[in-house]
Amino acid sequence: MLEAASLECERGGRTLFRGLSFALRAGEALRIAGANGSGKTSLLRILCGLAAPSAGEVRWQGSPIAGLRENYARQLVYLGHAPAVKGDLTATENLSITCTLAGLQIRKADLHAALERLGLTANAVAVKKLSQGQRRRAALARLCVSVAPLWLLDEPFSALDAGGIDVLRALVLEQLARGGAVVFTTHQDPGIQATHVLDLG
Amino acid sequence: MLAAARCVVYRDLLLAVRRPGDVATALLFFVIVASLFPLGIGAEPNLLRAVAPGVIWVAALLSSMLSLGRLFAADYDDGTLEQMLLGAAPLGVIVAAKAFAHWLVSGLPLVAIAPLVALQYDLSPALYGVLALSLLLGTPVLSLIGAIGAALILGTRGGGVLLALLVLPLYVPVLVMGAGSVEMAEAGLGAAGQVLLLGAMLVVAAAFAPWAIAAALRISSE
Repeated sequence: MLEAASLECERGGRTLFRGLSFALRAGEALRIAGANGSGKTSLLRILCGLAAPSAGEVRWQGSPIAGLRENYARQLVYLGHAPAVKGDLTATENLSITCTLAGLQIRKADLHAALERLGLTANAVAVKKLSQGQRRRAALARLCVSVAPLWLLDEPFSALDAGGIDVLRALVLEQLARGGAVVFTTHQDPGIQATHVLDLG
Repeated sequence: MLAAARCVVYRDLLLAVRRPGDVATALLFFVIVASLFPLGIGAEPNLLRAVAPGVIWVAALLSSMLSLGRLFAADYDDGTLEQMLLGAAPLGVIVAAKAFAHWLVSGLPLVAIAPLVALQYDLSPALYGVLALSLLLGTPVLSLIGAIGAALILGTRGGGVLLALLVLPLYVPVLVMGAGSVEMAEAGLGAAGQVLLLGAMLVVAAAFAPWAIAAALRISSE
């Protein structure tokens, strides 16, 4: 599904990684490990097409993603370092807007079910009044309604409590069982048996 | 595609409603700047009538620029901009919707309030229509051009000043035509030429600015 061919990334005159290649098939998970500043986030941004690699290319189903743009974007969910939720809006509004922008049409009941699964109630509380972990959960609710075959998750486990980690692990396992692929970065051991592990050092 | 555009406009309006202070600041800024001139210049009706179009238009330019800094910066900070870049709809459509929402929030109120401000300049009532019309056609151009600058300065420090330096020179044609239309009408020469040119600027900006904004966003978010 997803292929990286000799990727190279340079940031501020420093080469973060060079000659990085892997191939991810349906139902496989890739865990990217490495110290702070080793280029985990940069790699994820390259994989989802937000940044261009200094050399090499990323291929989706055999074709380079640079030429696919929105067609590739529709196939993936990227959850970055920032939670991508608006503090002034409620969790329901955030989720509904994110889904519309991703081209998904979701029924209200499904939105509420997704939020409930993450332990959030659909009420009129603005997200900025929630705790860090709850904000993270509001962002992760997106995964419950996703039908995209590829998930790219940047530190999805950070700021989550044990219950949140369990829900996220279950979501990732469901995605893999569906034949989707998941790439994630993490510091702690999430208890997900990743098919590939990439250590950026 | 249209659903995404509607969604972005709805979202930005909803955010403006949740934070009414931001909208009020720009509007009050316009009113105050435009009201300072009669106080500074003194009550000489002929002089006031002569400077009115220019002063009101300059105040509108500055007020429109005031809210530009946050146009993309807020979305950039909380990560929602990345989601827009990775959205199912073309980025050009999304940014056009954002510029439209910016105009609804910062430009349209100016159009409505400008005739009131013009009262202080003893502008003849026949000119209120021309003033409002020129602002109605001109302020969307300001939002569109300003959005290019706002996208370019994303992630830079001291972006506010840079934005002014970048965008204000580009506003000059709009200012010349906008203020000129009122002056021409004042002189009894008819404002049709200037108004049509403003309309043409709007059409060109609406057609091309979204792609420039999208390209600028892709560069600065890398």
